[in-house]
Amino acid sequence: MREETGVRSIGEHLAFLAAAALMGMAAAAQAALPIQHWTASSGARVYFVESRSIPMLDVNVDFDAGGRRVPADKAGLGGLTHALIKAGSAGRSEEEISRRIADVGAQLGGSVDRDRAGISLRTLSSERERTQALATLAEILQAPAFPEGAFAREKARLIDAVKEEETKPDSIASKAFYRLLYGEHPYALTPTPETVGRIQRADVEGYYRANYVAERAVVAIIGDADRALAERIAEQLTAGLPRAQGTAPPLPAVVQPRSETLRVSHPATQSHILLGLPAMTRSDPDYFPLLVGNYVLGGGGFVSRLYMEVREKRGYAYSVYSYLLPLAQPGPFQIGLQTKNEQAEEALARVRTVLDGFLAQGPSAAELKAAKQNLMGGFALRIDSNRKLLDYVAVIGYYQLPLTWLDDFTAKVEKVSVAEIRAAFARHLRPENLVTVVVGGGKK
Amino acid sequence: MRIPMFRFFFALLAAVLAVGAAAAPGAVVERKLANGLRVIVKEDHRAPTVVHMVWYRAGSMDEVSGTSGVAHVLEHMMFKGTKKVKGGEFSRRIAAAGGRENAFTNRDYTAYFQQVPKAALPLMLELEADRMSNLLVTADEFSREIKVVMEERRLRTEDQPRALVSEALNAEAYFAHPYRRPVIGWMNDLENMSYLDARDWYAHWYVPNNAIVVVVGDVKADEVFALAQKYYGGIKARALPVRKSQIEPEQRGVRRVVVKAPAELPYLLMGWKCPVLRDVDKDWQPYALEVLAGVLDGNESARLNQSLVRNSRIASEVGASYDATARGPGMCYLEGTPSQGKSAAELETGLRAELARLVQDGVTEDELARVKAQVVASQVFKRDSIFGQAMEIGQFETAGLSHKDIDRVLEHVKGVTAEQVRAAAKAFFVDDALTVVVLEPQPLDQKQPRPAASGARH
Repeated sequence: MREETGVRSIGEHLAFLAAAALMGMAAAAQAALPIQHWTASSGARVYFVESRSIPMLDVNVDFDAGGRRVPADKAGLGGLTHALIKAGSAGRSEEEISRRIADVGAQLGGSVDRDRAGISLRTLSSERERTQALATLAEILQAPAFPEGAFAREKARLIDAVKEEETKPDSIASKAFYRLLYGEHPYALTPTPETVGRIQRADVEGYYRANYVAERAVVAIIGDADRALAERIAEQLTAGLPRAQGTAPPLPAVVQPRSETLRVSHPATQSHILLGLPAMTRSDPDYFPLLVGNYVLGGGGFVSRLYMEVREKRGYAYSVYSYLLPLAQPGPFQIGLQTKNEQAEEALARVRTVLDGFLAQGPSAAELKAAKQNLMGGFALRIDSNRKLLDYVAVIGYYQLPLTWLDDFTAKVEKVSVAEIRAAFARHLRPENLVTVVVGGGKK
Repeated sequence: MRIPMFRFFFALLAAVLAVGAAAAPGAVVERKLANGLRVIVKEDHRAPTVVHMVWYRAGSMDEVSGTSGVAHVLEHMMFKGTKKVKGGEFSRRIAAAGGRENAFTNRDYTAYFQQVPKAALPLMLELEADRMSNLLVTADEFSREIKVVMEERRLRTEDQPRALVSEALNAEAYFAHPYRRPVIGWMNDLENMSYLDARDWYAHWYVPNNAIVVVVGDVKADEVFALAQKYYGGIKARALPVRKSQIEPEQRGVRRVVVKAPAELPYLLMGWKCPVLRDVDKDWQPYALEVLAGVLDGNESARLNQSLVRNSRIASEVGASYDATARGPGMCYLEGTPSQGKSAAELETGLRAELARLVQDGVTEDELARVKAQVVASQVFKRDSIFGQAMEIGQFETAGLSHKDIDRVLEHVKGVTAEQVRAAAKAFFVDDALTVVVLEPQPLDQKQPRPAASGARH
C-alpha cells in the first residue's frame, strides 16, 4: 500500500525535490535566521539555525558514507550499514532503542544517496523528551553493535527488496540509466542479490569505522535551542565517533559516456523512458544558468516546455520532467516520462525535438523572465518550515557552500542571461554523450 | 496536478496522529458567505507565505457506474481555462507570482491549492473564484487530457501490482457502496468518457454552497474574509443534486480474492469493515481503533514489526492502518510482504495470531502511553507545516466534521483505555467483516518458469 498522498505528479514531484535539493537553500528569512557554523572538538563541522517559535528540535548528521565509498563487488553495503545503525548499540537492544525514541514521541529518520549517509532526529525541545531522544541518537551513532541477528535479517530484507525492484520497470530503467552514465565510477553502483549476498557482518563494521568518522561528519541543527545547547549537542553526538585514518581515498573522475540507446523489454503497459548524462557538481560555476534554464526546459511545474509539448499538447504522458541532481562529482541531468508502449517512439522523438531545440536556442526572453519570476518570487516557499531549512543547511554544510549562499540566491538568479544559459547547456549537455533507456514494450 | 489522493495505510499516522492542536498558535476562524461558501482561516505568521485551498465536497463516491473517474477527470479539466483566463494561463500566472499549485481527488472530495508568497494571495482567490463558475470544458481540450488521465491510470494502477491489490479489495469488500470504484476510474469508463460527462459533473457540484475555502499562513483573517467576499461573493448558489444514502449491505462471511501480476514476492492485504467517526463526543470505537493501529504499527517497536519482522521474520514488511474520518464507511487494514520462502498464508496466520493476542491479553499501559506520547508530539510537529494544517482542516470538514472538532478528537484519543482497545479489536476484527486479497507474483517473462524470472532482466 503506502499509496501516494503527495499531490504532484510523480515526475513533477521528483523534479521538485531535485530542484529543491539543487537550489541548496534559500532564505527569505535569511537575515532573521542566520546559519551559525563552527567545528566541534571531534572535528565534525556544525551548522546551526536558531528558531524558537515551535518547541521542537531537528538534528541531522551526515557522513561521507553514501554509495560512492562502497566497493563494487559489495554494492548495498552503504545502505545496509545505514539500516543497521539503529539496530542495537553497545548498551541497548534494538527494541529498547526504538522504544526510547517512541516513548518521548520522537522520530528517527535518515537517508542514503550516492554521496551522503545521514541520520536525522525530530524531537520536542522540552528537557525530558529532548534529553532522552538525543542520548539515544548519540548511542546509536557512536556505539552501534551491529548484532548478528539483525545483520542477517536486514541483509535478507535488502535482498528481497532488490529482487522486487528488479521486477519494476521504473527501477529497472533507473538502475540501467546510472550504469550507462557512470560506467566504472561508483555512482554507477546499485545493489544486486549477488553483491548483497557477499556482504559479511565484518564488512558492515569496517564500513562504519572507515566512513562514519568525526572528521567527515556534518551536523545540522535547527529549532528551539540556543548556541550553548547546540554546542553541547554537537559534542554529545560526535565526540565518540570513530576517527579518520588519513583522508578518504580519492575517487575516479566521472567519464562522459558515449551516446547510446538501451532497450529492455518488460510486460508493463507503459514504457519508462530516461534520457541524460553526467552534468553538474554542487559547486559548478554554471549552477545558476543551469538551474534557471532547466526550469524552462522541464523543471517548472505545469509551465515547462516538456510539460507543454509532451503532456499538454499531445497527452503522451502523465508525468514528464527534467532535473539536474548536483553531487560532489557531476551528478545526472535526467529527463523522464512514461507513456503507453504503442506511442513510446513518437513520445521519445518529441522529447528529443524539445531538448535539441532548447540546446540550440536556449530560452526565449519571455521564458527567462517567467523563470526568474517564479524562482525569485517563490524563494520564501523554499524555507518556510524547519524541515525544509534543515535539508538546505545540511546540503550547505556537507558540500561546504558559502554560508551566504542563500542570501545570494535571488541575486544570482536575477543575473542569469539567455546567452549564459545557452553556453552552460552547451558545455554540460553534449548530445554525443546523451544516454537513452527505454524499459517496456508489453507482453511478448 | 491531478492526482487521486487515495487514503491508505499510514493514513492512520497522518490522519490520527496529526490531529489536534492544543498548543497551536493561531485560532481558527470561520465565516459563511451569503451564497453558502464557507471560509476558514488560520493565522500562522512564522514565514511570509500562505496556502490557499478550495475543497469541493464531491469525490468519487458521488459518481455512478459507467462514468467512474469523472470527479478526477474534471479536476484535470479545471486547469484548461475559463472565459476570462485562457488554457495554460492559469498556471502561468501562479508560476509568475512565485507560486506552486496542484490539486487532488479522493473518494470524498476534490481539492485545489496554491502555496504562494503572501502578497500573491488576492490573485489566488481571483483565479479560483473564476474557475468555480466560468470553466470551459471543451471537446478539444478533453480529447487530450483524457489521454493524460489514462496514462496516469497505467502509471499508478495498471503497472503497480499493489495498487491492483487495493483496487481489488475495494471492489470485493463493497458490493453496493460507491467506495467499490477506484478514484481514478475503471479504464473502460475512461475510454468511453465524454467531455459532456465532465461538464455535467462541473455543473452539478461546483457551486459555492458545496465548497470550503481554507487559508493558512501569514494573513489577517479579516482581510481574507474581505477578499473572499470580493471574489467569491458574487457567485450564485445553486441547489445540489440529492445525495442518497448508500448503505452497504451487511457482509455475511469472509471474502477472498487473488490478483496475479509481475512481481517477486507475494503481498497480503486484509481489510475489516470498521466504524468511522460520526459523533465526536459519543463515539468511542474510532478512537480505540486509532490507538489500536498505533499499538500495532505506530512506531518501530510496535507489535507487528517487532513480532513479525524482527522476531519471527515471517515478513519483510508489515503495516496497520485505519482512518477515522470519512464520508462513507470505514476500514481497518493489515498488510504485509512475506519474507523470501514464506507464503502469504503464513503471514496471514502470523497477523491473526497478533490479533488474537490483542483480544486475549489486551494492551499494556506502556504501549498505550507510547502511542499517546506520539499523538502529543505530533501536535507540536504539525505546526512546522502550514500545508499540513490546511489539509487537516479540509479533511475534517469534508468528512462532515468541523475544524472545531480537531482538538476534541485529540483529547478523546488521549483518553482511550486499554480495555477499549481490547473491546474494539474483539468487536471489529471478525471474519464475517473481512476481505483478504493476495498478490500471486508472476514472472516478468510469461514463457519462463517462475525461478528463472527471479533477478533476471529481460
